[in-house]
Amino acid sequence: MSEAIRVEHLNYSYPGVDNTPAVAVFRDFNLSIEQGSFVAVLGSNGCGKSTLAKHFNSILLPCGGKVYVCGLDTSDEELLIRVRRNVGMVFQNPDNQIVANVVEEDVAFGPENLGIASPEIRRRVDKALKQVNMYEYREHAPHLLSGGQKQRVAIAGVIAMEPSCIVLDEPTAMLDPRGRKEVMDTILRLNAEKGITVVLITHHMDEAAQAQRVVVLNKGAVVADGKPEDVFSNVELLHRIGLAAPETVELCYALNHEGFQLPLNRLDIEKCAQTLYDAIKV
Amino acid sequence: MLKDVTLGQFFPGNSPIHRLDPRTKLVMLIVYIIALFVAVSWISYGVMLAFLVTCICISRIPLKSILRGMKPLVVILLFTAILNLFFTKGETVLVAFWGIEITLEGIVRAFFMLIRILMLISGTFLLTYTTSPIALTDGLESLLSPLKKLHLPVHELSMMMCIALRFIPTLIEETDKIMSAQKARGADFETGKLMERVKALVPVLVPLFISAFRRADELATAMECRCYQGGTGRTKMKLLRYMRRDYIAYGIGVLLIAAIITLAHFGL
Repeated sequence: MSEAIRVEHLNYSYPGVDNTPAVAVFRDFNLSIEQGSFVAVLGSNGCGKSTLAKHFNSILLPCGGKVYVCGLDTSDEELLIRVRRNVGMVFQNPDNQIVANVVEEDVAFGPENLGIASPEIRRRVDKALKQVNMYEYREHAPHLLSGGQKQRVAIAGVIAMEPSCIVLDEPTAMLDPRGRKEVMDTILRLNAEKGITVVLITHHMDEAAQAQRVVVLNKGAVVADGKPEDVFSNVELLHRIGLAAPETVELCYALNHEGFQLPLNRLDIEKCAQTLYDAIKV
Repeated sequence: MLKDVTLGQFFPGNSPIHRLDPRTKLVMLIVYIIALFVAVSWISYGVMLAFLVTCICISRIPLKSILRGMKPLVVILLFTAILNLFFTKGETVLVAFWGIEITLEGIVRAFFMLIRILMLISGTFLLTYTTSPIALTDGLESLLSPLKKLHLPVHELSMMMCIALRFIPTLIEETDKIMSAQKARGADFETGKLMERVKALVPVLVPLFISAFRRADELATAMECRCYQGGTGRTKMKLLRYMRRDYIAYGIGVLLIAAIITLAHFGL
């Protein structure tokens, strides 16, 4: 498998403002993300999740070390447009990333910037809107849509540029449960059907549990990395850095304290229920 | 209260007027405005009114919505009419009191002024009601593109207009939210003298501005992420193309202005 994103010895610190010292975020940080994978990045506030995401498409440039996207160096100005075209970004607030006042015009914004011919833009816009199930809303005004719908329009705007990788920075933080499910389903489908690499930065453990790989950050370093079942079963570590495991794991963990001997890798509610049933039945 | 701002409101439709190229509509509006100022007599006003009414009928925009859009302008209309009524000198004095004379000429002039402004606004509304804001900015950008040679930032201006139009509803919603939050904490926007009410708005405007700046910052990042690099090398999904109906409309425009100028020439 080839690499979609590779971070090598990344150093980054935010410059200090008005005599305050610079804040170091990353020191010698390494990470590699495979093409076509679905990676969730977890971490408490201020651990560097969003800063890392901004390195993936040259919004921030490393102070030291390198970040490669599909083999392209993000700090090379010549490659800037190619980098951004390969890595689409979706942000938290759907309102602040929609540019135009008609849905399809907004989706067309990215391809228009790339200088693609009109009929091809039309084709891409229709395709992208169909992929996020927003085609019937193509002529609506964005401010009349729900949060989940707006976020899906934002995702369509990104995939219309046909990137190989999408980075989503807490895309569901401002949405209600229904909007969250809509967005998660869309992301999962894009990853499974189109093979687009997905990096999902999130606060919701149940969303991270749906990924193929979970990376936990704390103070600018990777403290856990692996399959969701393996990462989440290390409940003590998660608690120590201010995170919680998914509810099913937390339940089993609490019961284990009361003398049960339950496995901590049941992320699915059904499986967890079955495990509990088996444990009680005996 | 903030919900009935009709600025840039668009009524989607499929009438011949809706389907005209935005550039045609913009040029026609300019021609119409010029004709309106050239018109001097009852006859020429009659021609203009006939033209306006025909356009409104073709566009199938309900007259009610045009009239509703004029509501906020009633004060200005009355003000203009009254000024013209009182301060036009003339020979036929009808009423005189406190040194102010109302003359026949004054009444006629006030009436014409009122009609002129009403027709001007109706014409403009017809444009904004039948043209989506994005088509309008596209049309404007295309019409002004010769100015790019003079290094005028035409694309940037139309982008700014487009974004401003996009964020009007968002910011109105936000203002409503902030006002509700302030009201919940006992702020009073409805009573008091004018100055007090204006002062009460300061705590609304400050957070509104701060959040608008934050939005602008985030939007700029999002636009950069989507490879925005200004107007150069940018293409459009929807290309503007003149159709037969546009040439017909231009023909009608030429006829209209020719007719009005001829009428004015003969003092009619």
